Amino acid sequence: MLIPFLALMRKDLRLFLSDRRAVLMSVVAPIAIASFFGYIFGGGAGNADNSPISVLVSDQDGSAFSREIVNRLKAETSLDVKAATPEAARDAVRQGKATAAILVPKNFSVDAGRAFLFGGAKPEIGMLFDPSHTIEMRMLQGIMAGAVMETAGKQMMSGSGAPKGGLTLPFRVSPEGITSGRGVHYNGYAHSFGGMGIQFLLMVGVDVGIAMLLLRERGVWKRMRAAPLSRTVLLGSRAASSAVTSMGTLIILFAFARVVFGVRIQGSMVGFLGVCAAFSLMTAAFGLLIATLGKTAEATRGIAILATLLMVMLGGAWVPTFIFPRWLKAITVVFPTRWAMDGLDAVTWRGLGFSAVALPIALLFGCALVFGILAVARFRWEAD
Amino acid sequence: MLEVIGLRKSYNDLVAVDGVSLRAGKGETIGLLGPNGAGKTTTVSIIAGLVHPDAGEVRINGRTLASDTDPAKRDIGLVPQDLGLYDEMSARENLHLFGALYGLDGAHLKRTMDEALDLVGLKERAKDKVLHFSGGMKRRLNLAAALLHDPQLLLLDEPTVGVDPQSRNAIFDNLEALKKRGKTLLYTTHYMEEAERLCDRLVIMDHGKVIADDTLQGLYRMVPVANLLTIELEVGRMNGLRAEEVQSIPGVASVELRGDTLRIGVRDLAADSAGILTWLAARGYPFQHLASERASLETVFLNLTGRRLRD
Repeated sequence: MLIPFLALMRKDLRLFLSDRRAVLMSVVAPIAIASFFGYIFGGGAGNADNSPISVLVSDQDGSAFSREIVNRLKAETSLDVKAATPEAARDAVRQGKATAAILVPKNFSVDAGRAFLFGGAKPEIGMLFDPSHTIEMRMLQGIMAGAVMETAGKQMMSGSGAPKGGLTLPFRVSPEGITSGRGVHYNGYAHSFGGMGIQFLLMVGVDVGIAMLLLRERGVWKRMRAAPLSRTVLLGSRAASSAVTSMGTLIILFAFARVVFGVRIQGSMVGFLGVCAAFSLMTAAFGLLIATLGKTAEATRGIAILATLLMVMLGGAWVPTFIFPRWLKAITVVFPTRWAMDGLDAVTWRGLGFSAVALPIALLFGCALVFGILAVARFRWEAD
Repeated sequence: MLEVIGLRKSYNDLVAVDGVSLRAGKGETIGLLGPNGAGKTTTVSIIAGLVHPDAGEVRINGRTLASDTDPAKRDIGLVPQDLGLYDEMSARENLHLFGALYGLDGAHLKRTMDEALDLVGLKERAKDKVLHFSGGMKRRLNLAAALLHDPQLLLLDEPTVGVDPQSRNAIFDNLEALKKRGKTLLYTTHYMEEAERLCDRLVIMDHGKVIADDTLQGLYRMVPVANLLTIELEVGRMNGLRAEEVQSIPGVASVELRGDTLRIGVRDLAADSAGILTWLAARGYPFQHLASERASLETVFLNLTGRRLRD
């Protein structure tokens, strides 16, 4: 019993070790991913350079008190505070260009002072936020409360007297998630279906690449190469069928989300289809490129998983990008997953028009083109 | 129909094909023989346009294949050694796909599919998935897939590997039918009996080189061994007998010692065998069985290369 057991085990290990690239990738991939996660979650000495949360402030009060609050917010290293009108702030949050906006109302200092010292009615600070960034919104609420209390405390210490009602917040926050329209609730399923769809389609792309490598090992590949067909036809047809499959998968995913979870395409339907088509084509081209990376399916699988996980992570599908270091967040814009995610968010729950997704669509198509050209140029055509 | 001139292909330090030249006229069947690793498949792959040679050229009807999309590729039908079929699809679906690769469709494709299925005897199983086919049926379908576009030249890379004798005979019948239709066949194999049955001319390869190119009769003339004498000595009486001693007997062209058996190649069976038997008897090597046979291609190969074809 032991002899065949050991022989079978030895055979498996020998086969595994015989493909050096596969062995290398099986070690390199988890090391790279673990290092990346450790780094962004503050492993070791910690990540002291987190990306600031983009916040717009509309100070309609304009008093020394409100200016002091704004200055304190600006002094926060975790925030990137800029001034804006209420309308511009709302638009920016809706388009995902800012994570949140703070609207300080007129007479805020007077009303807040009255509430703080005499227990009068508390003024409301408007807080517009991107509902897909609730973690950042809660952080911002805490920072905001701290800034107001510190400012109020400073004024109290300068002679205004002790507060009548004890130390309570002299204002209320009126949070408003900015979606496609007022009163339209944020549907988190739209974001999660987009994110998971993107992730799985990339996996489909990897499968396309692996299948191409396996195809080379079969007589079918020789038969195809023997026919008077161009490389573009051979690879292009593969990419097209993969893109159709991916597009169908995305549409079925969102149809399911529509029926079961009430996810709606609040914005441009053409834009939605455009993002789906562009991303599907990109994943197909990505798959073809994968097929050119390694000599064997086993070796390529490791590289492909690493590339896929990096694209998914850096696209913001797994963790919010605000916890990324500045430099890392800056480079996420080059990842097609980010464009796809932004595009799907824009036309689903943000309710934006085609113009909002025209750039992501163009970038995704461009990416597909580059991947496709690289794949055609690098693909090993000769039969083994 | 086919001209191969000075092909050379190497993979790193391994020279797979080393200056191979051969010709095949219209309707001719050429056997490309050699042991595994002789360079047969690489040669076929180069002819089919799958592999670019480092040197040399391939001409089909006087034209060199220029590119992947060269229309001259329509004159070639490839039957790859690895089955070029999709198991998950039916026989008809497979043929539909491979016909479409050559631009065939509609009624024309349907007719050619029917003809091909009919030729290989799979018409009744056309709708069955290849997954459920026997090895021999898959080989026959593999052949049918190469016939759809009616190529003039068929490249058959060991088309009977792993099939039972019945299926092998069926494939031979198919190939003979194609030969009668005037197709040119280039048939690679390391089965001598296949080459002897099918081929008009034989090209023998070893270590990437052509070592002989002739008709069967021509090849037999090439070797000094026209006949083989098999002598089984009495058990245990071989002791001390060396091949070199036997080789010194007049008329002996080759000697092979295997256990208690001697295989001796002679040119003239009648004249030489008596001397051999007398020599053995005189030296105390009594035999218990004696047989003779005509030399085969195996013998030719052994003589040309010094090793057996299936080594």
